[in-house]
Amino acid sequence: MSFDSWREILDVLRRNKLRSALTASSVAWGIFMLVLLLAAGNGLQHGVEYDFRDDATNSIWVRQGKTSLPFAGHAPGKPVNFDNADLTALRHEVSGIEHMSGRFYIRGGMLVSRGDKSASFDVRGCHPAHQYLEKTLLISGRFINDLDEQDRRKVAVIGPPVSSTLFGTADPLGEMINIRGVNYQVIGVFEDQGGEGELRRIYIPLSTAQLVYHGGDRVHQLMYTTGAASLDESKAMAEHTRQLLSKRHHFDPNDRRAVQVSNNLERFQKLMDIFGWIRSFVWIVGIGTLFAGIVGVSNIMIISVNERTLEIGVRKAIGAPPRSIIGMILGEALLLTSFAGYVGLTAGVGVVELIRRHLPENDYVRNPTVDVGVAVSATLLLIGAGALAGLLPALEAARVRPIVAMRQGTP
Amino acid sequence: MRGINKTYAMGEAPLHVLKDVQLDIAAGELVSIMGSSGSGKSTLLNILGLLDDYDNGSYHLGDTLIRDLSETRAAQYRNRFIGFVFQSFNLLAFKTALENVALPLYYQGVPRKERNRIALEYLRKVNLEDRAGHLPSELSGGQKQRVAIARALIAQPKLLLADEPTGALDSATSHQLMQLLRDINLSGITMVIVTHEHDIAERTDRIIVLKDGRVQGDGL
Repeated sequence: MSFDSWREILDVLRRNKLRSALTASSVAWGIFMLVLLLAAGNGLQHGVEYDFRDDATNSIWVRQGKTSLPFAGHAPGKPVNFDNADLTALRHEVSGIEHMSGRFYIRGGMLVSRGDKSASFDVRGCHPAHQYLEKTLLISGRFINDLDEQDRRKVAVIGPPVSSTLFGTADPLGEMINIRGVNYQVIGVFEDQGGEGELRRIYIPLSTAQLVYHGGDRVHQLMYTTGAASLDESKAMAEHTRQLLSKRHHFDPNDRRAVQVSNNLERFQKLMDIFGWIRSFVWIVGIGTLFAGIVGVSNIMIISVNERTLEIGVRKAIGAPPRSIIGMILGEALLLTSFAGYVGLTAGVGVVELIRRHLPENDYVRNPTVDVGVAVSATLLLIGAGALAGLLPALEAARVRPIVAMRQGTP
Repeated sequence: MRGINKTYAMGEAPLHVLKDVQLDIAAGELVSIMGSSGSGKSTLLNILGLLDDYDNGSYHLGDTLIRDLSETRAAQYRNRFIGFVFQSFNLLAFKTALENVALPLYYQGVPRKERNRIALEYLRKVNLEDRAGHLPSELSGGQKQRVAIARALIAQPKLLLADEPTGALDSATSHQLMQLLRDINLSGITMVIVTHEHDIAERTDRIIVLKDGRVQGDGL
């Protein structure tokens, strides 16, 4: 279509300002709602993703519990206690394990001191691979390594609050700290996305913890990442882990409370599935709203065509081919919907941005945004919508016979 | 025109509007068609103007047989060969006199500047150059019809069809308008005027009288 035809169309729209504006507003509203809903869906999803941020999503966590079913002559209520051999067994039997670590909790807060400064912190024994499971990032120094573990060295990796409490602004690396009477050398300072609680923490080698705190070969928790395993593969790994532990610790393999195996990937996938559904739902609702707008445009255009029958007849009589009449009406609908859609899209994005900036920190909604892909699909949808809205009225206009120009009346 | 028949299907009883109409109009003639309402003169004009088709017979416009044209084709022929002047003028209300005159050229794809230049030329021919920027609502009846005539002429048609061109005008204005049409005819354009006013018909070279869908009289 030429620039001339667009000028012609613009002329018509300008002639019916109020009608054009009212019609346009229904389409603008549709796209505005679509954007808002999509952004809300995105916000919820980001909120959940944020919840997962501090642990590896492809990880499986195994906690020890108490049996709830009788098994092989044992009454229920028998505690299950993990040990070093469980780790070795899992490593050998369950294929697909990428990084694995045990964890040794030291009950009760530990008084940690250096010189005359002291405070209570959470102290945990763990393996070197623990770093990958908790997504621990090192600010300075290094994490626990295999040699520390092997030699049961008294070394510690500390969080920033620990460092600032005990050392102020001084560099803690290489310095000694005293954890309830035992001296440890600080080898690293870490950062974690999990918030304050995760930072007020000291990691020491698991073997050291077992030695110093009389743990023998006890381990309190097991965890490993599953690498690039698919959801089904990771489920199989979790199940295999349960079977193996039931054999080793003599409990019913169907006893869900003897050990708790939680698969982060499964939880994550489930949530992502939910968001997939929410997204489809939002599109359906949004497109429905938009469709109502399209019907409105179509409706008004048909009325407009009927009003302009004489004008269209005259145009045809003086040589307008049907193609040009169809183009005129279709162009009108297209221009109206695209303009309205653009307004709705801009308003929607603007409101979303406003909400994003003033949204108070919360656990559920985070960073509601509309990405470029959504904007592009919405635009394509609009162009399709415009064409659809104009189709019926345009065909109606094409059916107008030039003879009507011969009848009496004024255009 | 040879043996033109036209029947409208009207419910149970078909309406036979034109019955074996035979007509020859030579290039350069100024012809009027008369007849009472229902005589079929409007239908004849519609067929002459390619606004409607006929059931059987044949219609040659120049050397071209006009028969079962596609809408697009008919629009093309109307645009190039035929100019229309309507009783109620049929100017587009939201367009200025100049834009109305230029409209046929728009459908020929003539660029805006060029067609506005030509349109101004034709407005000058009907003495309305100074009204170029006015909307039809700001013009008198006679002026509107002159704009319509300029619009009909701008595509340089071979045939000008006028349907009761003076029907909405007073007698003095009608008189002037007939003079204008006569001048245009003298410049070589064939003209067919449908009218029911005798004094208008009398000012043409030849009067064709239609009655009940048949040619009743043909001559001066």
